[in-house]
Amino acid sequence: VGITPVPSRADAMSNRTGPLDGLISDDRERGVFRVNRRVFVDEEIFALERERIFDKVWLYIGHSSEIPRPGDFVRRQVAGRPLILVRDRQGTVRVLVNSCTHRGALVCKEAAGNTKFFQCTYHGWVYDTAGALVDIPSREAMSPDCNADGALNLRAVPRCEEFRGFIFVCFSKDTGGLEDYLAGAKEYLSYIADMGELGMEVVKGAEEYCIPSNWKLMQENSVDAYHATTTHQSYNEYLVARDGAKPFFDPNLNFGRVRHLGNGHAVSESIDGVPWGRPYARWIPGWGEEARLEIEAIERRIIERVGPERARVICRGDRNMVIFPNLAVHDIMGITIRNLLPQSAGAHDINSWALAPIGESEASRQRRLRNYVEFLGPAGMATPDDTEMLELCQRGYANNVADQWNDVSRGMRKPRDQIKKSDELQMRSFWRRWYQLMSSADIEVDGP
Amino acid sequence: MNGELLAEVEQFLFHEARLLDCLQFNEWAALFTEDGRYEVPPTNLPAADPQTALFLINDDRFRLGERAKRLTKRSAHAEFPASRTCRLVTNVTAQETPGGPIEAGCNFVLYRARFGRMDIFPGHSDYRLRREGAIRIEFKRATLALDTLRPHGKVSLIL
Repeated sequence: VGITPVPSRADAMSNRTGPLDGLISDDRERGVFRVNRRVFVDEEIFALERERIFDKVWLYIGHSSEIPRPGDFVRRQVAGRPLILVRDRQGTVRVLVNSCTHRGALVCKEAAGNTKFFQCTYHGWVYDTAGALVDIPSREAMSPDCNADGALNLRAVPRCEEFRGFIFVCFSKDTGGLEDYLAGAKEYLSYIADMGELGMEVVKGAEEYCIPSNWKLMQENSVDAYHATTTHQSYNEYLVARDGAKPFFDPNLNFGRVRHLGNGHAVSESIDGVPWGRPYARWIPGWGEEARLEIEAIERRIIERVGPERARVICRGDRNMVIFPNLAVHDIMGITIRNLLPQSAGAHDINSWALAPIGESEASRQRRLRNYVEFLGPAGMATPDDTEMLELCQRGYANNVADQWNDVSRGMRKPRDQIKKSDELQMRSFWRRWYQLMSSADIEVDGP
Repeated sequence: MNGELLAEVEQFLFHEARLLDCLQFNEWAALFTEDGRYEVPPTNLPAADPQTALFLINDDRFRLGERAKRLTKRSAHAEFPASRTCRLVTNVTAQETPGGPIEAGCNFVLYRARFGRMDIFPGHSDYRLRREGAIRIEFKRATLALDTLRPHGKVSLIL
């Protein structure tokens, strides 16, 4: 694949293929894959990402369990746009543009709730939950047919589709359907969706934080097992103190596997081999004997329901998955839906939520919630150290970036079946897909 | 309100804040009773119940001790080099039932300076204190008066 490096920004910019040329060096013969650090700091590239990626592909907006009843809504931001995810009075899930058609003010200010109408608080225009304009105060000053063509109804996002509870939007009419887009990621979302007999639900309480780094660094980190030994040393020591667990972050991490799932999505997965517990269903000594009985029973029920092979993956497996471009769904010590909201080249917001089986016992739910925040979240014993690393990277990029490169080569010359979790295949597929969309280059995303 | 009790509780809360500002994390953890708990509700749901909602921090006595111990290590990367902090504790209330716990509350502002940046964490803490010789903390819930952790990004220290 002929994506060649160029020595400086000036050279790259003067090249007739434009500002993207030379950003990625994909040398499959030598087994060297490099990403130019300009992709993390250049605001021009950031603006192009909005146009060529975020305006084109499917983007996560919310989970159907967040709006179970007619009239339920949540206020969301997707690709910088303020939107409302709402279940209308007929039960249809809709995504409306949160901006009055009169002067543009947000018509929904609450983060979540249940309503019959969205009323703009500026001049009082009223819309129903399907977005139809149903009242204009002192309407007589408007022409009687002012909304005959529906132009004054709240705009809806052109595409909104759901896969097993995960709701996505797409701003382009030309992109294929959600299921085609998710490709191999569907299999992994299904493991999660199949965990709860009655389905899955987002737990109340959101993690809404930010990282002063480029968003793509977080997606790399999401499926990076290599960093665990150093970045999460103190978390590892905590586990040893709690359970007498063996230090597990073997620098070689010679277990598990990573898979490219199509369209830039990727997963890093293993069965057992890690020292944390899974509420559904892998017991650890730190939870006590009583919990053991319940967790074994949970596992037996899942085996009965989906068969032993699938149950083994659901109960004993741990999976970190990136869904291109800005969603990560991890099923590890807890299940997290982590949505990245890029704000500028050097900063992104994160909204994340815990997902849990509907109807699980109180004891199991408590175990789940406590287990989740032990590692995950902005006050966990691990995530803050991840965000620290991303911030350190971003600070490092303040050096002259034009000829400085990130190396993403681990495992590049290994046969595919020998690639392990600590390799970097999963990041290379992200970067190739990123480059493909940004440059329209004809490259093989699923390379070594 | 009992002025003597109030003064006593105030001095205790000032002492707690001082320990944390002086990076005496293990000494802070030692203020808790054997069954002590420490929790921080999510910023979007300050009145939430930890049984049903995802909290930022949901520590039993063992984990709060380990949280404190971790902060003394170089490998607690987000806090090494350590943030410089200044905790202001004010609006203190205290009520004691005979033979029972002391229910106390305060407002706090925590200033954190690190890496050339200042983060400000305002909030309210509720305490249930017990007399075990000295005053000990049976329960502490620190509720941030923030609607998101932006620009803070993380609660890598103890509130």
